Amino acid sequence: MNPKVVNKIATGVIYGLVILVVAILAALIGYILVTGVPHISWHFLTSPAQSFLAGGGIRDQLFNSIYLLVLTLIISFPIALGAGIYLAEYAPKNWFTEIIKTTIEVLSSLPSVVVGLFCYLLFVVQMRMGFSILSGAIALTFFNLPLLTRNIETSLESVSSLQREAGLSLGLSQWKTITGIILPAAVPGIITGIILSAGRVFGEAAALIYTAGQSAPFVDYTNWNIFSDTSFLNPLRPAETLAVHIWKVNSEGITPDANAISSGSSAVLIIVILLFNIFAHWIGNRLYKKMTSSK
Amino acid sequence: MIKIKKLAIMTSAVLFAGTVLTACGVSSASNDKITAVGSTALQPLVEEAANDYQKEHKNLSITVQGGGSGTGLSQLQSRAVTIGNSDVFAENQKGIKSKDIVDHQVAVVGITPVVNKGVGVKNISMKNLQKIFEGKITNWKQVGGKNLPIEVINRVKGSGTRNTFEANVMDGHSTIKAQEQDSNGTVRRIIATTPGAISYLSFSFVDKTIQSLSIDNVKPTDKNVETNAWKIWSYEHMYTAKKVSDNTKKFLAYMNSAEVQKGLVKKLGYISISDMKVKKDANNKVIN
Amino acid sequence: MEINKKILMPSKETRQERFGRTLSFISISAIVVLVALILYFIISKGISTFTDNHVNLWDFISRQDWSPSTIGKDGKPEVGALPMIVTSFSVTFLSALLATPFAIAAGIYMTVIGPKKSRGFLQTVIELLVGIPSVVYGFIGLTIIVPIVRTLFGGTGFGILSATLVLFVMVLPTITSLTVDSLNAVPKHLSEASLALGATRWQTIYKVILRSATPGILTAIIFGMARAFGEALAVQMVIGNAILMPKNLITPSSTLTSQLTTGIGNTVMGTLGNNALWSLALVLLLMSLFFNILVKLIGKRGKF
Repeated sequence: MNPKVVNKIATGVIYGLVILVVAILAALIGYILVTGVPHISWHFLTSPAQSFLAGGGIRDQLFNSIYLLVLTLIISFPIALGAGIYLAEYAPKNWFTEIIKTTIEVLSSLPSVVVGLFCYLLFVVQMRMGFSILSGAIALTFFNLPLLTRNIETSLESVSSLQREAGLSLGLSQWKTITGIILPAAVPGIITGIILSAGRVFGEAAALIYTAGQSAPFVDYTNWNIFSDTSFLNPLRPAETLAVHIWKVNSEGITPDANAISSGSSAVLIIVILLFNIFAHWIGNRLYKKMTSSK
Repeated sequence: MIKIKKLAIMTSAVLFAGTVLTACGVSSASNDKITAVGSTALQPLVEEAANDYQKEHKNLSITVQGGGSGTGLSQLQSRAVTIGNSDVFAENQKGIKSKDIVDHQVAVVGITPVVNKGVGVKNISMKNLQKIFEGKITNWKQVGGKNLPIEVINRVKGSGTRNTFEANVMDGHSTIKAQEQDSNGTVRRIIATTPGAISYLSFSFVDKTIQSLSIDNVKPTDKNVETNAWKIWSYEHMYTAKKVSDNTKKFLAYMNSAEVQKGLVKKLGYISISDMKVKKDANNKVIN
Repeated sequence: MEINKKILMPSKETRQERFGRTLSFISISAIVVLVALILYFIISKGISTFTDNHVNLWDFISRQDWSPSTIGKDGKPEVGALPMIVTSFSVTFLSALLATPFAIAAGIYMTVIGPKKSRGFLQTVIELLVGIPSVVYGFIGLTIIVPIVRTLFGGTGFGILSATLVLFVMVLPTITSLTVDSLNAVPKHLSEASLALGATRWQTIYKVILRSATPGILTAIIFGMARAFGEALAVQMVIGNAILMPKNLITPSSTLTSQLTTGIGNTVMGTLGNNALWSLALVLLLMSLFFNILVKLIGKRGKF
């Protein structure tokens, strides 16, 4: 067959598949938003949840989700960054590196409940952290690390080797070349990775049931003392996230408006992720411009 | 970027230090902390009661979590928690030394068979119900309904709901292999959307999307459970160690006080312990 | 003297280098330790079914009756995991098979063919999808996909087919975004050289870009399959969660993960019922290792 005809056919097929993907995804997100947005109100966002009366909100759950995300990123990002740099720049190409990569990939296939129980036994019980945001953040770190490390590794590798050579030929150490030249150039890719892992954090439920817990006790938003039991900033208080709340309301919830809460929460979750997405891209762009001085 | 990383490292260091400090603080003052873990079905009741209780007892911190009856009992057994919430008698839970722990029954839950609205049946005999779950009756027309194949949705093995149902309905016969779902909410949804489906739910989850069945013309109501005219019911248990702190004792007493039993228990769709005219033991024998 | 010292002492660059190397090595070691811990945990718990409870390994992977807490007719506990192994395998394999062409097409569109604006749009949509809790996927599957499968193919609608369709949507974002990463990592001069030699765009994509991105795309598929393997809540709602050998794609069955998740809260640690569930986790681990190695082997053969 004529290569030009093949080219046209292939392009057509690609377009067809992409349109189908977009249609499926748009339908899915549209469905969640259409069923959920009508239930979102100021009251819904700012009042605490009810366990048997109608009209409960998601204030605490929403805050917990965001706080948990921040904590998880603080713990997992530095580790993933270091590991990603190691794998991309320093790791010798031998069987040992291959084993490390494989185990990290296998780690990501563990069911959330297994990781959840492991963290429950080790951190919640053994290390006496109790049901807490911190335990939850550690559990989520297990999910984050494989994907984030892998992502940082590919982003670093995709930076042209010319830049590396340029850095080294200027007499910089390899480390300086990485942090000063390669890393800034890889920022956009890394941001994507962070957003994806943030999504996973927002959406995870099964692992958190055993670690961060599934109750949202009273918290005081004016109490800034991080060590106080009622402080909203205390990383050692139990915290139910939005995804866990959706799960709980759907599985054992007896509130009369469980359906409304569930679809409203799902819509809120999507909107929050969208906002986080925009925010992260904005920060990423600024960082990228500043560090690569490509103004 | 280096700055950001340094910042992150420092923040995590501070957080970690804080954690260690608070963790020490918590463990030294453990007397004022109650952790209740277990049954997801019982969790809302205990959680609400704990919230109310804490309003009057500010220095006490009560954490209530789910995780399942088995988790609750095994964590109590290893003394990782103060209270193990369970839907089943500890005697019926494999691997639990029931002699070492104390049972506190806090509520009664009624369980009713439910069907999809399109099956055309509202009453069924106990014998036929048993045959359906045994897989001997496979079409709704055999029990006076429409010509529609029966789709059995069972509950997860080892769950309180399933244990209760099997003890009271199956009479030693084993159920057919069928779908198994673990939460009341999911079962309700599947029953509502699947033609010919049958399963069983706690009373509080029955709503207008599904049809509950009377058994031998006895309706599934709280009144009938109280007199044992409706046979399928069980206790909700809060297990503790033999020796407990005063605070735990007081909290458990509060769970059985009139305030909770007449208030929260009813509001959350349970039946009050104090209204029961009969008692059951771990072998499902009725004792008076 | 001064100059001697300067020459013999490590330079500022060397010290920097040592610092950086150590830092990144500590990070990777931390991950390795974490992974080793959790692997040890699962393996030690998983094999106790065979060492402490003396279940025959062959029975475990070849029998079809699963009910660890009851004693079967032959006096042994019923711990046949075969139906779940088969179902997990089929669901994972089918959903990855279904999602890969879509993911590659979307990846090519986002990196090579499409206009820049639509790339950003697609990227955003994909990032949103990752954050939807699996419960929500499950309910949408239950209210939309199961009835559709029921009317189109008969049966109850619960089964491998519905689960595959739900998982397809769930793994699509993972595979697509990692594919995009690896397509981006293909050096520009390769495709430029190909185009300059007179190759059509498709020839360049197929023979140059995809070829050199193959290892990355395979990793993307592995991550996607891993997600499918580990998913419980969504699958459990649409697959029927019945421990039966799947006869075809529309009879109810159950995966390893969904059994594990539903059972773990109702069993007591240290009993056979609980240990058997950890053995399922171990099987899951070994299976994903197997998949991983398989995919890598295929990748090696495909390389030029």
